[in-house]
Amino acid sequence: MDLQVVWENLPKLLQGAQLTLEITVTSLLIGLLIAVPVALMRLSKHAVFWMPAYAYILYFRGTPLLVQLFLIYYGSGQFRAELSDLGLWGFFRDAYFCGVLALTLNTGAYTAEILRGAIQAVPSGDIEAARACGMGRALMYRRIILPKAMRLAWPMYGNEVVFLMQATSLVSVITLLDLTGVAGRIISKTFAVYEIYIATALLYLVITYVIVFLFKRIERRLNRHLA
Amino acid sequence: MFDLKGYGGMLLDGLWLTVAVGLSSMLLAVLLGLLGSWGKLSRNRLANFIADTYTTVVRGIPELILLLLVYFGVPTLLQDIAKRLGHDIRIDLDPFLAGTLAIGFIYGAFSTEVFRGAFISIPSGQLEAARAMGMSRILTFRRILLPQAMRFALPGLGNVWMVLLKATALISIIQLDELMRKTKIAANATHQPFTFYLLASIIFLGLTVVSMLLQHRAEKWANRGIAGKP
Repeated sequence: MDLQVVWENLPKLLQGAQLTLEITVTSLLIGLLIAVPVALMRLSKHAVFWMPAYAYILYFRGTPLLVQLFLIYYGSGQFRAELSDLGLWGFFRDAYFCGVLALTLNTGAYTAEILRGAIQAVPSGDIEAARACGMGRALMYRRIILPKAMRLAWPMYGNEVVFLMQATSLVSVITLLDLTGVAGRIISKTFAVYEIYIATALLYLVITYVIVFLFKRIERRLNRHLA
Repeated sequence: MFDLKGYGGMLLDGLWLTVAVGLSSMLLAVLLGLLGSWGKLSRNRLANFIADTYTTVVRGIPELILLLLVYFGVPTLLQDIAKRLGHDIRIDLDPFLAGTLAIGFIYGAFSTEVFRGAFISIPSGQLEAARAMGMSRILTFRRILLPQAMRFALPGLGNVWMVLLKATALISIIQLDELMRKTKIAANATHQPFTFYLLASIIFLGLTVVSMLLQHRAEKWANRGIAGKP
């Protein structure tokens, strides 16, 4: 075990970790913006709304992220002429854009499903009480259903955040230098295979449990009126 | 709709290997899950510690890193140890074996939690009754615990299977000729990456949907004779 090589390359690994976190946060934020309307569409009674939402959720939860990533990054090459005409080729040629797009669409689907479950889990008594108070649909969603659903969804959303952070390691396959990508590059220079991979694994472990800790803290805060 | 240019048979071979590596990893995951849940519920402190460390560590590390660690790291580590002992050997892991070990090891941690949950949801009165009947621990496990735990564990194991199956796509990175890698070969040769990756994703979607249906059937079968369960 050669610890010297780990120590020497730690700054590079930390730089990679920074990109990992950046991609995670970007995808999560945009993914959440997609997830809220999709979850509401999924709960609609009209087929025009729920069917596209259902198809989107099924596709992105039912296929491997790696395939989604390749479909966007390599697959877009098949439509290079068309994308160039639209002025979009610059985006799809960029591994960073494709990586974030794939992760965003993926987490959007998982988060929508979590939100749907949480909204459905709001006790019907709460909704009846809100109606009995004369609340309209919009007010009821804003004051009763969504705040309650958010508390119910929070622990599951925490899991999703952890999964997404770990899933960002796949962007290393499309040449990005995130934590995994940097590790691969260091190994190809130093041949310190297990030292670097173990150090990388430990860094991921630390990030994971920092996220878990933060989510637990916020969960306690969200439910402080129940304690 | 899809012009496969003669690559259809190759993709089918890949699909077969994907299912094979999926099933063998799942078998390993279930075995590790049973062992891990025993460790978690055991009164033995060492077993507790090992099982807790196993699930905590595995769930905190990306699958890709663990896969690379098993495929590239373990042979190098063994070679280095051998070298220190004065032997110059070369170890190459077979991608199928490395993939099965890595994926099975990872999802073993998830099925450990599934089995743990299933075992603790069996009322303790039943265990006491079994003991009062004079059943040995092994007989209690076989006749009382396992049949009921399987019923409780089925939904969780179904989820583990579906996530595991998708994770097998990663093994293409270590050059196993499963569906994903065959797709890449076809996509590169025909210059139609979108067509082939879309097809691969639809095949995976098909596997997921079939798994969902089978899981539904299995749960119905496992819950037969239980009042109030569909």
